[in-house]
Amino acid sequence: MYEFDYHRPRTLGEARDLIAGNEEAKLLAGGMTLLPTMKLRLARPSDLVDLGDIDELQGIAIDGNALEIGAAVRHADVAGSADVQRLIPALAFLAGQIGDPQVRNRGTLGGSIANSDPAADYPAAVLGLGASIRTDRREIPADDYFLGMFETALEPDEIVRSVRFPVPKRAGYAKFPNPASRYAIVGVMVAETGGGVRVAVTGAGPCAFRVTAFEDALKADFSAAALDGLDFDAPDLNSDLHASAEYRVHLVGVMAKRAVQAASG
Amino acid sequence: MTSNGIGAPVRRKEDRRFITGSGRYTDDIDRPGQLYAHIIRSPLPHARIKSIDANDARSLGGVVAVFTGRDMADDGVGGLPCGWGITGKHGAPMIEPGHPPLATDTVRYVGDQVAVVLAESRAIARDAAELIEVDFEELPAVTSIETATAGDAPLVWPEAPGNICFDWEIGDAAAVQKAFAEAAHVTTIDIVNSRLIPNAIEPRAAIGEYDAGHDEYTLYTTSQNPHVIRLLMGAFVLNIPEHKLRVVAPDVGGGFGSKIFHYAEEAIVTWASKRVNRPVKWTADRSESFMSDAHGRDHVTHAELALSKDGDFLGLSVRTRANLGAYLSTFGPSVPTYLYATLLAGTYKTPAIHAEVKGIFTNTVPVDAYRGAGRPEASYLLERLVDRAARETGIDPIQLRRRNFIPADGFPYQTPVALEYDSGDYGTCLDKALELADYGGFVKRRKDAEARGKLRGIGLSTYIEACGIAPSNVAGQLGARAGLYEAGTIRVNPTGSVTVLTGSHSHGQGHETTFAQLVTEALGVDIDSIEVVHGDTGKIPFGMGTYGSRSLAVGGMALMAALEKIKTKSKKIAAHLLEASDADIEFENGRLSVAGTDRSVAFGEVAMAAYVPHNYPLDILEPGLEETAFYDPKNFTFPAGCHVCEIEIDPDTGVVDVVSFVAADDFGRIINPMIVEGQVHGGVAQGIGQALYEQCVFDADSGQLLTGTLMDYCLPKADHLPDFSVTTNVTLCAHNVLGVKGCGEAGTIGATPAVINAVVDALSEFGVNDIALPATPERVWRAIHSAAA
Repeated sequence: MYEFDYHRPRTLGEARDLIAGNEEAKLLAGGMTLLPTMKLRLARPSDLVDLGDIDELQGIAIDGNALEIGAAVRHADVAGSADVQRLIPALAFLAGQIGDPQVRNRGTLGGSIANSDPAADYPAAVLGLGASIRTDRREIPADDYFLGMFETALEPDEIVRSVRFPVPKRAGYAKFPNPASRYAIVGVMVAETGGGVRVAVTGAGPCAFRVTAFEDALKADFSAAALDGLDFDAPDLNSDLHASAEYRVHLVGVMAKRAVQAASG
Repeated sequence: MTSNGIGAPVRRKEDRRFITGSGRYTDDIDRPGQLYAHIIRSPLPHARIKSIDANDARSLGGVVAVFTGRDMADDGVGGLPCGWGITGKHGAPMIEPGHPPLATDTVRYVGDQVAVVLAESRAIARDAAELIEVDFEELPAVTSIETATAGDAPLVWPEAPGNICFDWEIGDAAAVQKAFAEAAHVTTIDIVNSRLIPNAIEPRAAIGEYDAGHDEYTLYTTSQNPHVIRLLMGAFVLNIPEHKLRVVAPDVGGGFGSKIFHYAEEAIVTWASKRVNRPVKWTADRSESFMSDAHGRDHVTHAELALSKDGDFLGLSVRTRANLGAYLSTFGPSVPTYLYATLLAGTYKTPAIHAEVKGIFTNTVPVDAYRGAGRPEASYLLERLVDRAARETGIDPIQLRRRNFIPADGFPYQTPVALEYDSGDYGTCLDKALELADYGGFVKRRKDAEARGKLRGIGLSTYIEACGIAPSNVAGQLGARAGLYEAGTIRVNPTGSVTVLTGSHSHGQGHETTFAQLVTEALGVDIDSIEVVHGDTGKIPFGMGTYGSRSLAVGGMALMAALEKIKTKSKKIAAHLLEASDADIEFENGRLSVAGTDRSVAFGEVAMAAYVPHNYPLDILEPGLEETAFYDPKNFTFPAGCHVCEIEIDPDTGVVDVVSFVAADDFGRIINPMIVEGQVHGGVAQGIGQALYEQCVFDADSGQLLTGTLMDYCLPKADHLPDFSVTTNVTLCAHNVLGVKGCGEAGTIGATPAVINAVVDALSEFGVNDIALPATPERVWRAIHSAAA
């Protein structure tokens, strides 16, 4: 690890001031990606601004027909939250599938979606549930948020405050984990929401994406059978030593069906 | 027997310090004034070093020195030696290229050592490493057996045409040819035994310390055999005589073979400590372990089995190419030859066997012994081949095995591939395994699985292994360049407590408990009054260390011999104290008594008399009560057993779930059944790891190790494994006093073929008769998918 200056602000404003104009500064949430990257000397931030002490980023709140989850809320707290389990059980389930207990007790929702790892679980939830990302300056709909591999709509100094998840009529998540890392080789969130059926895939492409062909089929018939034999337009799917693109395409279909079953169960 | 003696499931004495964090591993040791070494490693699989510019690094604050291979060569440092020479066909010696600890002009794999930085802290050493500019001229590279043996393959070593290190054979080719001519059926298999990366939980580490006052060196290192390191490094690399070099292998967090070998870093830190006259410490990080610890397995084999119309095995022909990596690791050449091809008889009375093995150089990490070392490769080949033969001939795989087993009354049995098995009862292990696995209930369980949409398969293996390579003179004729005995000392202290010094090394095996059980059984001393000391050439008379499941059958027997001497001397002392003839002294439960009388002394009184010899037969006996013995075994030991695995496949995803695993093993007499069971569990987990999870991939173009982290290289985790059902059947080893055989590697030897046989069984309805290691979900899905298409 290279040397860096460490800051632990108490308010969002202080955090903003610390990174404003400093392109070499990095925000630190759970550190589940950033710290290993720094240990491997693949990242060299001049300053780390630790968001762990900022109350404005904490908490899970019910807001009308939505759940608002603070950016610094840890995966284990989402998985264990009675409100999340009651209102969006698929989201609690998803959070409980991330990584391992150590990761779930350090990693945060905001850190995950700001990083936008192509194999992270949360992007499937954010996109599949039609959430919106609230930052220190605006609100970004999920459909506009994920732009590419490790690339989001966030400005370099923009800080995620919370994510607002509308409560769906029903939703289900199914994940095919990489047995080594427990990242998603393919993860699919299927949700029947006020705005229609949404199917979001993580792990398979450069970033989370929706499968409209599946959504259309499920609108007509919300059942696993409705997806039988359905093809979908695949963007540039990932192909690596763990799974070829062809296998990932297949898994998207299988996991989508399982997600539908989970939503229906 | 005493309550903690032979056969008792005594809780491990060493676990108190391990589970309370009080173990003392190499990296826990800090020496005054110690520097930190960082090794600069080759980023290329094959390249010429044109120049190394370390000026900026040397001028960085806190950097004490940067050394290259040239500095070591100028100091007369030798190459890392190979401990086993192979003589190929027509008496051709193997090609044995030099292996300087730091490369002098050419690097030959990604991770090869190029230079070393010594600095006041780890961070400074790493910072400095980034300032060193190495100008490489990239050379063409080969990273697999297939590419290395292709016609126009680039050469790893100019002196090894075709990248062939040796072309070796064993067995009777003419007899095999005759057998095939008479065969009613021939079963053929082409099979790859995948490369594995060991991943002991403790990364390797080494501290070199030079004492200028005494002109002595101490090396602290993560080794399974400190005396062997002292011999190899002292005699061949650094030219330090034994009496000036102490090697300490303190608590070691797992080895699985990967810590047998003498590694460059040990020589580098020891040599450098004299150059800078300060202790030098090096600790691998996990990434470094992946690319610098010797890898395991990596065979490509074509084999044919000739059968009679009734299913008798008539002959076996095997042609194997074995990847040795870029350099010969310490015992690399012995693994695919004498530890592999000699096991090709398996548990079967195949009368004619011939095997050819070519050792192949590639631009990859050196390959050497990894848990099982050659025997898993033999077992995997044979048990896959037998299963395939069963399918092809329509003979039940169990019946085919039974028909060809060496019978229980057939021992000693001379195989056609050099070994003489001393004992065994393969049929009983098979019976026990089948019963424990409820083999008869499988058809119903398969039906139930079908109803749940799952494919269920069952598979077995009836493996054999050979432990405790022996005897030394025979091993020497076969190319071993070291003895294969073991030494042990029983030091009875004046108050009757016992210090045991053993040349075996425990790095997870529980020797401190098992060996104490031998002592408590023999002398009746309370187990808490027995201390087992190992891992320090400054304390232990001599030792060859721990590998090949040899500790009990070889190291334990040295202790038994020393204990026998103690008992003999104790009886003489007791006879004097009791005014009787030593022939009349009986030694039981810690008391020495005159037969047929109530006159007796406690063992502790005898010990005290030996050290305070006021009433003592000084005219015929030396004072003191300490005995050392060296034990050279008469033969290998031959554990064997049957593993039965049941799996379910999710046909939608190809995921294989191990739902049940049974092991029925014959390890000879068992000293501590709990420790034995633990050894089986660990071994089976690793065997399942190879079957389903662990995959080592080098990029064919760049030569980079693509599975260089635990995020990509999948070690089996607890939720990948079922509860194991483990039992034993004992036949005694015929040539050691306890009848013990060894249990450390059996799990990895029996498990992999059992799992894959089960996977193939489940997929057989799709016409599948093979699947590559590891049987990943995508491979299984493709097997189903391509059959369906």
